[in-house]
Amino acid sequence: MRADVLLAALAFYLVSAALFLTLGARGDWGFILAFRGEKLLALTVVAVAVAVSTIVFQTVTANRILTPAIMGFDALYILIQSLTVAALGAGAAGWSGLPAFALETTLMIGAAGLLFGLLLRDSEDLNRIVLTGIVLGILLRSLNALVTRMIHPSEYAFVVARSYARFNSVAPDLLWIATPIVALVTAGLLIGARRLDVIALGRDPALVLGVDHRRAAIGLLVPVTLLVAVSTALVGPIVFFGLLVSAIVHQVAGTWRHATLLPAGALIGAGLLVLCQTLFERVLDMQATVLVVIESIGGLVFLMLLFRRARA
Amino acid sequence: MRLGPLIAGFALLILASLLLGAGRLDGDAPWLLAVSRLPRTLAAMLAGAGLAVAGVIMQMLARNRFVEPETVGTGQAAGLGLVVMTVLAPGSALWLRMVVALCFALAATAVFMALVRRLPPRDPMLVPLTGLVYGGIIAAVAGFIAYENDLLQFLDIWMNGEFSGVMLGRYEFLWLAGGATLLAWAFANRFTIAGMGEEMSQSLGLSYRQVMATGLCIVSLVSAVTVVTVGMLPFVGLVVPNIASRLSGDHLRRSLPGLAAGGAALVLACDVIGRAVRYPYEIPVGTILGVVGACVFIWLLQGRVAGQGRHAR
Repeated sequence: MRADVLLAALAFYLVSAALFLTLGARGDWGFILAFRGEKLLALTVVAVAVAVSTIVFQTVTANRILTPAIMGFDALYILIQSLTVAALGAGAAGWSGLPAFALETTLMIGAAGLLFGLLLRDSEDLNRIVLTGIVLGILLRSLNALVTRMIHPSEYAFVVARSYARFNSVAPDLLWIATPIVALVTAGLLIGARRLDVIALGRDPALVLGVDHRRAAIGLLVPVTLLVAVSTALVGPIVFFGLLVSAIVHQVAGTWRHATLLPAGALIGAGLLVLCQTLFERVLDMQATVLVVIESIGGLVFLMLLFRRARA
Repeated sequence: MRLGPLIAGFALLILASLLLGAGRLDGDAPWLLAVSRLPRTLAAMLAGAGLAVAGVIMQMLARNRFVEPETVGTGQAAGLGLVVMTVLAPGSALWLRMVVALCFALAATAVFMALVRRLPPRDPMLVPLTGLVYGGIIAAVAGFIAYENDLLQFLDIWMNGEFSGVMLGRYEFLWLAGGATLLAWAFANRFTIAGMGEEMSQSLGLSYRQVMATGLCIVSLVSAVTVVTVGMLPFVGLVVPNIASRLSGDHLRRSLPGLAAGGAALVLACDVIGRAVRYPYEIPVGTILGVVGACVFIWLLQGRVAGQGRHAR
């Protein structure tokens, strides 16, 4: 474990969080801290979920370009959301709460395991898999659009509101479910960090060291899917943020050990998201543009990675 | 291949498109047909034919089978141009917006082509991958501007193709796409040669740059016109040429009429499906095309032959 990297990442996060909580605050501090604190928690939970799921996914698939979001994981989650709403109706009170979330996440884990397990089965041609994943994402989004057109207008509004990324209206009840889930899954992955280190070596070395690579890889899809589901349920789809974070953390961490990569990635991701939110919300006074900027930068990073891979 | 059944099927599609809709054909039938159904049918056919041909031209120029203008940034850039015009000059005339959208589309396509030339030719998947991300970034910028100016609904109209708003007097720009298709036919042999690569074309005495510029103009014009009048129609330019080339090869002069007809039939069929599935309501043709096109795309990607096409080296 690299303590210096972790401390730097922690300091970065804490500074961002402090800025977010205090910058431009006027009036009753108790209210401000409670109000902003909830938002800070939401941003942090989402960033941690995205960062950790991306790093683990990249380890499992042995590359730095694929992310769950690029492969269409969150498009799948949104489609499942729409389908459950179409099948069961949005009318039931507390639908956005725990039972809906549990049902959707269970369905999601099953579907993701099936779909992406199939897709990742033969992994000799990475670009083909990435491209198929992106097109699969388009297909899932189109199917979602189709489903939303077929359902009742009031349910339509409900579903459409969920298929755009949003940071300003996180459901509080969902946040209190999401936080422990993300914390537990991340802790679980951290405990198994050495196993991840072995998997990162590739299939054959992992087998030699006594890790059933295939089974472990498919097993790891479950926590990844869970994290994606949580972040998508909280704020909607985010495509390139995870890629951006993983690119940064691999660049600065200077190690392959997941005991460092995972917490550093989580802290850097959260710090970055909070800092950007502070910058755009408080300093530049442009609401909800954070995502677009982060997504655009992430997209550029994606292109850069592609080009660099192509040159190599 | 026998043409008879195909022509009959096409005629049936046109008939279905003329007869199907929320309004009933009774006393006012001739009027309804002239003002709404016929323009709509024509618009679908013109857009489909234009996009299929634009797709094959782009594939020849990029030397890759998996690109088409509406997914690699041309259509998105036209949408961006429209958003910019709506913000900067809200009351401007339609033709002016059209011109600006065209300029944006041209610039974006030229940049994409420059990107493609820098990619190594070995991997056919890299080009569409780059294009999709590139198009996504342009769309994100358009989304950003639209969001800041409360124009998201407008953007949605341009980014998701739909024919329900087509009426007499509101689709005529699409004839430009038809004109561009004819122009492409006139230049067909040059595009076929350009599809063999820059060195080959030059040794055959062809000005590669000139053909490239013509191709870019045709592709951008068709995309911009489509986006301005009916919105984006994804995958038409990808699905039709890929299937056609399996049936009849890559000689553009010979295959172009079939391509145009195929594109027209595909868009028309998707529009008819969109009108029928949830009758009397409508599902936008862009959504149906997204589902159909993405399925075909994935099928093409999985196929073993996919990497062995003549352009996709």
